Amino acid sequence: MADVHTQHVPPRMASVSALQFTLWVVIGAVVIASITQVTPSPERLADGAPRIARLLSRMLPPNTDPDFLGRMFWKLVETLQIAIAGTVLGVILSLPIAWLSARGITPVPMLTFFFKGLVSLFRTIPDLVWALIFVVSVGLGAVAGTMTILVDTIGFCGRFFAEAMEDADKAPQEALDATGASRLSILLGAVIPDALPSLINTTLFALEKAVRSSVVLGLVGAGGIGQELKTAFDLFQYKNASAIIIAIFIIVLAMEWVTDRLRRALN
Amino acid sequence: MPNRSAVAVSCTNLAKRYGNGAPVLKDISLKIDTGETIALIGSNGAGKSTLLKCLIGLHDISSGKLDILGEQFERAPTGAQRKAIRRQIGFVFQQHGLVKRLSAHSNVVQGFFGLAGGWRAISQVTASQDMRLAAMEALDAVNLTEKAQARADQLSGGQSQRVAIARALVRKPKLFIADEPAASLDPSSGRDVMERFSRLAKDFGITLIFTSHDMEHALSYADRLIALKDGAVFIDAATDDLKSKDLSGVFDG
Repeated sequence: MADVHTQHVPPRMASVSALQFTLWVVIGAVVIASITQVTPSPERLADGAPRIARLLSRMLPPNTDPDFLGRMFWKLVETLQIAIAGTVLGVILSLPIAWLSARGITPVPMLTFFFKGLVSLFRTIPDLVWALIFVVSVGLGAVAGTMTILVDTIGFCGRFFAEAMEDADKAPQEALDATGASRLSILLGAVIPDALPSLINTTLFALEKAVRSSVVLGLVGAGGIGQELKTAFDLFQYKNASAIIIAIFIIVLAMEWVTDRLRRALN
Repeated sequence: MPNRSAVAVSCTNLAKRYGNGAPVLKDISLKIDTGETIALIGSNGAGKSTLLKCLIGLHDISSGKLDILGEQFERAPTGAQRKAIRRQIGFVFQQHGLVKRLSAHSNVVQGFFGLAGGWRAISQVTASQDMRLAAMEALDAVNLTEKAQARADQLSGGQSQRVAIARALVRKPKLFIADEPAASLDPSSGRDVMERFSRLAKDFGITLIFTSHDMEHALSYADRLIALKDGAVFIDAATDDLKSKDLSGVFDG
């Protein structure tokens, strides 16, 4: 009996075909090449550690000068304004774009591909690149930041709104379609009510994402607290920089806490 | 000019085939009077759903003539005819098709979609006070006013189907078309829904055509039974005359 069992023990791993083996070797080579070329060597890490410690000692304690804190506060307000205005406008524009790009829902099926492509374009270009484009086109400051968040939000919400619409319960849509209801009525009457939790969830994620993005947009001149941070580093005002980093940390954490609470309330 | 005859639906030598395939409906001729309740029965693939879709202009017919609610056409209705036909029909589906996250009342208000009413008939949010009132009256007709504010996903299967009937009724239709309205319900709820539905149709003088696999429902709630078999009319007779007859052949292969 024992012999029979040992004969039938399955192999530890599934056998690998020549193609799979080659693929694994290529992946392994890419990973090893990446690690050896762009990660720090132990010597470089050892050199860097004291410099980080020196930088930290120059950053502490953070600057608490009331004038500086007042200026930072208004820059933080501007950062939040960029995030909120960009997200709200982006969400408003995402809804019709998602409708036009959602398969089976759109009133213009011929243009689905175009609108999906537009949303992909908005999503795949990184926000800092959009910020550079808008700084050049509308000038330095918060307006360029808002435009950046708006486009970034359309790229994010446009895709997930369309998916939520495509996943909405089909039975009510068919029931309304049979009565001769227009595409707009089907959207407002059946698709949006069914997809609403998903739409709100996506909006909250977009807001979180926008706050995180808006704090760095200033690095390329698109307004907000990032501009202060860049100035602080450029002028070696490390105590100012640490105060700004702490403020960014608090504001991002607070926004995550608020959206998390809203999401839980929604569920 | 619509023909206000006592005949709600009439078809002559209606045939339907998809592409070059075998005919799904063969030489169907029948007349349905205004106010009549018709049970359309037959096994799966007998042609019930195809016939219903042809009647409402969702499918073109291959040959024959159709006269539905005063709109006469061959092959396919014009766009205007299709609109006119749909405006006069109240649909009820097997899977009621309610929007789960909306209240029973909002779902009934949606019955106005597709009717004349301009921007008021675009969404349940923009509906006029008259529409909202009419929706309450329709809920009253199916005895569900106390559930008006309940979300559709909190209703039982039978209650959901009654809301779907109210949604169809609010359109003040001349014809109810119901595709297996009791098939997804337990026997008791199914009888309750069919009882109310057929009584409502009689009370409001609305022609009712329902498909069913349930012979008891067909014989109890319809004035006339039309059985399809292999795409042709197998039986077309008043239900009173049929009770003693053997109907088993309808579902035989």
